[in-house]
Amino acid sequence: MRVNMPSKKSFLKKLFEQRYSYLFIAPAAILFFVFIFIPVIASLSLSFTRYNALSAPHWLGLDNYYRLFVKDPRFWKALRNTSLYVLGVVPLGISISLLLAVAIDQKIRFKNFYKTMFFMPFVTSVVAYSVIWKWLFAGEKYGLINHWLMKLGINPVNWLLSPTWTLPAIMIMSIWAGLGYNMVLLLVGLQTIPRTFYEAAEIDGANTWYKFWHITLPLVRPTLLFVVIMSVINSFQVFEQVYIMTSGTGEGVGGVLDCALTIVAYLYEIGFQRFQMGYASAVAYILFAIILIATLVNMKVVRSRFEY
Amino acid sequence: MAIPYVWMIVTSIKPIEEIQTYPPSFCVHHPTLQPYKELFSLLPMARYMLNSLFIAVVVTLSNVFFCSLAGYAFAKHHFWGRDKIFLLLLSTLMIPYQVNLIPGFIIVKNLGWLNTFYALIIPNLAMVFGIFLCRQYIMSIPNDLIDAAKIDGCSEFGIYRLVILPLIKPALATLTIFTFLSQWNSFVWPLITIHTSSMRTVPLALSVLNSQFGFGTNVAMVMAGATVVMLPVLIVFICFQKYFIKGIASIGLKG
Repeated sequence: MRVNMPSKKSFLKKLFEQRYSYLFIAPAAILFFVFIFIPVIASLSLSFTRYNALSAPHWLGLDNYYRLFVKDPRFWKALRNTSLYVLGVVPLGISISLLLAVAIDQKIRFKNFYKTMFFMPFVTSVVAYSVIWKWLFAGEKYGLINHWLMKLGINPVNWLLSPTWTLPAIMIMSIWAGLGYNMVLLLVGLQTIPRTFYEAAEIDGANTWYKFWHITLPLVRPTLLFVVIMSVINSFQVFEQVYIMTSGTGEGVGGVLDCALTIVAYLYEIGFQRFQMGYASAVAYILFAIILIATLVNMKVVRSRFEY
Repeated sequence: MAIPYVWMIVTSIKPIEEIQTYPPSFCVHHPTLQPYKELFSLLPMARYMLNSLFIAVVVTLSNVFFCSLAGYAFAKHHFWGRDKIFLLLLSTLMIPYQVNLIPGFIIVKNLGWLNTFYALIIPNLAMVFGIFLCRQYIMSIPNDLIDAAKIDGCSEFGIYRLVILPLIKPALATLTIFTFLSQWNSFVWPLITIHTSSMRTVPLALSVLNSQFGFGTNVAMVMAGATVVMLPVLIVFICFQKYFIKGIASIGLKG
């Protein structure tokens, strides 16, 4: 094999000729290495140590991971809560978003008004809307949601102080918050479907349901895949909502009896309240692994299910 | 859909007696600005808003400049290691930010940046997402334009400034909107790096307010705080909503 190896001098000369390119990427590249690349590697090695940010890290090998999976019921609780959250928010949120997108895609008036309204939570701070929902979910009769439930003849619940209802309350809010973003993306997907397909189906006597099931759904699939993947990734990282909605209950970040303790909430508690940074890094890497696996599974399932 | 927002504003102008009356109502009989006055006298809200604004503006400007500069080099220059470096940048987009949280905190702490603007600004000056966005957009610019500028004796930086920048304005608009939003609303990073009260950002202040008064009687003041946090963003959003939605539709990434 003949390899065109430039001599050392000409290689350096070439690098010198490309100095502007390197100059252009330098600021971004330096920041990237210091604040992203090094932390990602450091996080992995920290996860094999005991470290409290004051004294030097102490090497533990795989102990942190062993402890997490075998000896830490709270981690399992966090895993369970997060999985419930994802399983609730993703399918429900995306189904509602898809129906809304189909509805708005019809020839209706005030299209932009609806779009703007649904999209609002995307631009507002999570902290701000969580605070508002906390007030909506307020216990007893002063909370608006309880007031409406009572009007419907349903017993009010003490949403954020009850171990059963805290997580559902957060899920309801998250579904509301995600609708606009999902809907806008799905609308883009819907608009790529040629109208002639629907017209042809109508001539053949297809009803609305048939058109949705046999034309819309298969053709919007690539967008749907993207929305599902993004939604799963974001849902596994849920934290701010939990942090805000459970604060003031007199308990930790996870709310009453850890009923809303999610993976990132637990990570925050171990890392930044108890300063067990090695252990918290292990949690971070497990979260990374879960998200990676979930994304790969999503791609596989959604691809094979609808491939035609 | 908009009920939570309406409820927020309604509550924020209600006097205490009306909040405590039952049933809860959307009408306000005696609107008052007392909760806002209380909010601004209890906390240095103006200072917090300035903090947030300063951080968001600096980070946004810097991202627009550095990301487009790097994006241009990655899209149009040929240099040793280009594709490998870009792939490395891109692959880290998949990593959840929580992985960086702990080492990032340690680095910032060792640099002595805790409780300073440096901690909130410098790590975010040039984000990978922006580089990616700019590169994708610049790839679509014909090489002929760049070659023509070169023949006319334009310097490398001149090409960037005179040819590239004017052509990628839509991408820069999207980048501006998303960077500004994500910085103004940013919560987790300030939560772990800022512990002194004068350095708080607006979302951080709201979270403090929430933990102290969230379940108490002073809910009107908390709602006033929430209004203050989102009002600037909502106004900008309603004015430019077309660009927001177009931006998200074209890139589909969460800022």
